[in-house]
Amino acid sequence: MLEKAINGSKVYWGWIAFLLLLMSIGAACYWQQLSHGLTITGMSRDVTWGFYIAQFTFLVGVAASAVMLVIPKYLHDYHKFAKILILGEFNAVAMVILCLLFIVADLGSPQRLMNVLLHPTPNSVLFWDMVVLNGYLLINILVGWVTLEAERKQIAPPKWIKFFIYLSIPWAVSIHTVTAFLYCGLPGRGYWLTAVLAARFLASAFAAGPAFLILVTYIAKIFTGFDPGKGVLPTLGKTVVYAMCVNLFLLLCEVFTVFYSQIPSHMAHLQYLFVGYHGHGVLVPWMWSAMIMAVVGILILIVPKNRQQDNLLIIGCLLIFIGAWIDKGLGMIGGGFVPNPLHEITEYVPSQLELGVSLGIYATGFLVLTILYKVAIGVKQEVE
Amino acid sequence: MKTLRRNFLKIAAVAVLGWGVRPASQLLASGGGAEPSEGLLFASRHSVHAGPNALSAKRWAMVIDTAKLNEKVMEEIQHVCHTLHNVPNIPGKQNIKWIWETHMEHLFLEDLHEYQPEAGAKSALALCNHCDNPPCVRVCPTKATFQREDGIVMMDFHRCIGCRYCMAGCPYGSRSFNFMDPRPYIETTTPDFPTRTKGVVEKCEFCAERLAEGKMPACVEVSEGALTFGDLADPESEVRKLLAERFSIRRSPTLGTKPCVYYLV
Repeated sequence: MLEKAINGSKVYWGWIAFLLLLMSIGAACYWQQLSHGLTITGMSRDVTWGFYIAQFTFLVGVAASAVMLVIPKYLHDYHKFAKILILGEFNAVAMVILCLLFIVADLGSPQRLMNVLLHPTPNSVLFWDMVVLNGYLLINILVGWVTLEAERKQIAPPKWIKFFIYLSIPWAVSIHTVTAFLYCGLPGRGYWLTAVLAARFLASAFAAGPAFLILVTYIAKIFTGFDPGKGVLPTLGKTVVYAMCVNLFLLLCEVFTVFYSQIPSHMAHLQYLFVGYHGHGVLVPWMWSAMIMAVVGILILIVPKNRQQDNLLIIGCLLIFIGAWIDKGLGMIGGGFVPNPLHEITEYVPSQLELGVSLGIYATGFLVLTILYKVAIGVKQEVE
Repeated sequence: MKTLRRNFLKIAAVAVLGWGVRPASQLLASGGGAEPSEGLLFASRHSVHAGPNALSAKRWAMVIDTAKLNEKVMEEIQHVCHTLHNVPNIPGKQNIKWIWETHMEHLFLEDLHEYQPEAGAKSALALCNHCDNPPCVRVCPTKATFQREDGIVMMDFHRCIGCRYCMAGCPYGSRSFNFMDPRPYIETTTPDFPTRTKGVVEKCEFCAERLAEGKMPACVEVSEGALTFGDLADPESEVRKLLAERFSIRRSPTLGTKPCVYYLV
């Protein structure tokens, strides 16, 4: 099936070439990081995780979104999703690869990466994150490839694959739960020390992930004429808007708990993010933009009529996706480290080289996504 | 041909089985013998290896008399510690600190109030608390940071992958990361102690290397009596006497980390 990836139009090859260019820029930046160390990033003794780990956290959510197609299709027999199911699964593959690349980019000594396997340590949540992320990657490669191959041969997929499809449902929940547990089990980090963190991660994931799927499906439609089927994307848009409502609700639960209890070490981080703290507030405009985008996105997509219109659906999904990205890809990690446990303030802004490395990683993920989607859509159009 | 394949499969199966059992036998053997007893899976306490003159204790702890700390003593302590341990002097926010001076209001966020401005502005020393229940050891994915049976939380600079999870886990800001190669920033290198490479985490180790030679931690030695070091499990020890006589506090004890550095106030 992979041969479909080497048969493409000029636009396809142009896009591939563009991604390869970005990847080489990223590689050049990463070479700087390998030679000089993480000093080339904006991170510091006080803010020890930055843009890389934040992207990883956000993308775990986008990866988990495949389950929002699998559940309706396999547990509720909603067969309209059958056609875009493969897009969700292959999207998960590309996103988990992105997550793993971002984790490796963040390591100070990547040459020792295998120590995590040589000295397995189940009391570390990072160990479990490695297990669930790699597991989810394998499950989605397996399920995606086997079902697509069956579709190409126009036979029913083998029965045993059902086991892995059902397994992918709790597994998708697990990847984002374990990722939240990385943060919410740490004493002295008030912003993360909350039981709703995993729930909030999942809610924002099930908003941002399907929103991303809707957007890339539209892109696929423009360039390949791929037809997801009538009413499929508006239905998925419903998932997006409901999940974003739950996410906002959980955020408000958090805000109430923190500010009604008036515990300073918990209030400080939200204050830093939304109003600034002792004169520091580099993220304040970002956080308010995220909130406005989330609310406007919800207001657009909550109206069923709007979801039926392509333009409004696209705008709503864009707003919700970017809003969720700012919340998790910028605020969640930086906000947790400021102020530090000694109540000192060191702000964090990613450096240009750090953003360059991230750009290269994103390009790699999109390259994987493009190739997989090319194969999937190619097979579907061949069958038709 | 068929027998060949069957034999190959048999041998392979036995090999896999043997490889699977080996770690289990190691796990059972740990604790006895002279070998370091590292827990195979979960982080566990390592036994202490020491020479004939070594100082030993059931539970090492430090008591800091804040009244006896002054600028001169604190500067000397930082200088001696950082020189002995090849701690680089890196300017800016990617710096490395093993023991450092900070205001009481940063050390004891919840214990001070606004009507004691002098107490809050007073300087004291911060260092690794060598917690009895250390979050850094709990979160480390490679057991590169581990706890010894005598309570000292140590670092294996050769195993650390530089993920910095321990730094997120430490609620005292006691850990530093080598964002860059530290060697150009070391003024005079002490050959007895390893220098570090870029990409690993480091921190105070209660001078484990000096205890093994029968010496007190360097900071204690030059502290002019402000720092006391001893066995918390021994009721006759100097630290226990001080803790019994004087009022002492610890940093953020409500977090459950059980810090073993006490401050007399």
